[in-house]
Amino acid sequence: MVETILEYQELQKNFGGVVAVNKLNMTVDIGSITSIIGPNGAGKTTIFNLTTGFLSPTAGNIKFFGNSINQLKPHNIASLGIARTFQNVQVFDNMSVLENIMVGRHLRSKSGILSSTIIPPFLRKEEKHIKREAEKWLEFIGMADDSQISAGSLPLGKQRMLEIARALAMEPKLILFDEPASGLNARETLAIGELIGKIKESGVTVVLVEHDMELIMDISDIVAVINFGTRIAMGTPAEIQINEDVITAYLGD
Amino acid sequence: MVIRDYIFLGIFLLVMACVPLLLKNDYYISIFVFASFNCLACIGLSLLLGYAGQISLGHAAFIGIGAYTSGYLTTQFAWSPWITMFIGVVISIIIAIAVGVPSLKLRGHYLAMATLGFGAILYIVAVAAVDITGGPAGLNNIPPLNLFGLILDSDKKFFFFSWSVVVIGLLFALNLINSRVGRGLRALHGSEDAANSIGINTSSYKIQIFIFSAVFSSIAGSLYAHYVTYIDPGPFGIMHSVLLMTMVAVGGMHKIWGAVIGSLLLSLLPEFLSFSTGYFKTFGIEYKPDYDTLVYGIILLSIMLFLPEGLYGGFSSAFRAVKNIVKRNGKKAKSSS
Repeated sequence: MVETILEYQELQKNFGGVVAVNKLNMTVDIGSITSIIGPNGAGKTTIFNLTTGFLSPTAGNIKFFGNSINQLKPHNIASLGIARTFQNVQVFDNMSVLENIMVGRHLRSKSGILSSTIIPPFLRKEEKHIKREAEKWLEFIGMADDSQISAGSLPLGKQRMLEIARALAMEPKLILFDEPASGLNARETLAIGELIGKIKESGVTVVLVEHDMELIMDISDIVAVINFGTRIAMGTPAEIQINEDVITAYLGD
Repeated sequence: MVIRDYIFLGIFLLVMACVPLLLKNDYYISIFVFASFNCLACIGLSLLLGYAGQISLGHAAFIGIGAYTSGYLTTQFAWSPWITMFIGVVISIIIAIAVGVPSLKLRGHYLAMATLGFGAILYIVAVAAVDITGGPAGLNNIPPLNLFGLILDSDKKFFFFSWSVVVIGLLFALNLINSRVGRGLRALHGSEDAANSIGINTSSYKIQIFIFSAVFSSIAGSLYAHYVTYIDPGPFGIMHSVLLMTMVAVGGMHKIWGAVIGSLLLSLLPEFLSFSTGYFKTFGIEYKPDYDTLVYGIILLSIMLFLPEGLYGGFSSAFRAVKNIVKRNGKKAKSSS
């Protein structure tokens, strides 16, 4: 029996009269790559925003390692070990590439405002440690040469990589990717796919929302199909490809 | 990044040390002393505006809290100015928490509204609470500072002291932004969602920085009270809060050095422009033209129009451009030889 890391129970989110997520039940196994697919507007990003605390559910439960995380704020959820990336890349373009990843070490360091004020950076041990760790993750995504470049001037593909590295620097247990391949060319998509595989190998559970079917079928262990906020199918990529309901949802009757 | 800051700090120290040697007139030195108070407040404000992305329209009120706390306690109870300065800081922290916590828990510019109201209230209190603040007449005979037996009663002595305080404040602010907390602040300014998603408690950071900047202003206010030895509500109104914001914006709000440049420029500029005042006659009517105000306005307007990143941003992009030209010419020379 594989342990469950994330569980949605009867999860519901209404925006006024619109039901974005409708009584969703789903579990994510620890150490797996679980993909969530579905037509546009099916509620995929809403599920992510609910999971990471940017929205709070109308009803139902989200459980992380069996504990409810419904009422927590985004930064509290992050501190539990849930990282995410954004559909529209959100790197800090006012900082260098290395600094972006160093921010990702926020939860793994602890100097506060007073000690930061009084002790200059070059006398802080923690600062050196943060930098070393950040360089390690920069190496992991293969962007060590770009460390001093301003993050805003990177091409989109590298910005996505950077966003992933920043999330990994948190050393999360679960990482949510919101369309990591959107807007990328074939080569960049391949690189992202490889990176996600590497992340899984390092023991981090991955939940993926994506439209690139080739990528999904290639790397996923489990695929969940969402339409109108409810799960209409779940299974291995091979099972999903022949599922009648899924074909109907995507192509119509 | 950090190394450049230390170089700048060295240059800054040298320049400021030269100022009293070049200026023989005590009046001009006193202008620089007043500039140092603005500079100290602006350094704090720059952290709030440029790094935490929050607008405060009430920082002059924090200067007022510092000034009046020092003024009242030293004149009424003859307490040591250092203790009253500290009490002023404590009161500022308490008020900053009271104003900041409810408004910074929300996203958006609620702090600007809250501080605007708070500044107006405090100004009215300063005018109306005659028994404590002396009302419009103010407080007199505030004792000068005593620095280990050295009484800071001349402009020159105070110049060195107050600019030393600015340098310490500057050092603290520079340490802060090049730290874990500073990166968190810059992250929050870059993208609040992303900052949240990596575990940064953005509202707590905004509150902390607001308090931090209030402390800077409060100290500036206490120094002001002990320098001029006389205070009235005039300099602590909304207009001064707006002026402080303008200083930060003109200098370049995303860099601490911008606040230094902006506060120096806008504190000294009116003095340099005052030569242009005089009378002139047109159509038989005599005017007293406020040329200085006009020129001041034009300078502000053109900085904001042409240098949206402020003077610091303008300087650094000019510097980059020159560096690029030099580099390109160097390459050309190499390839041709």
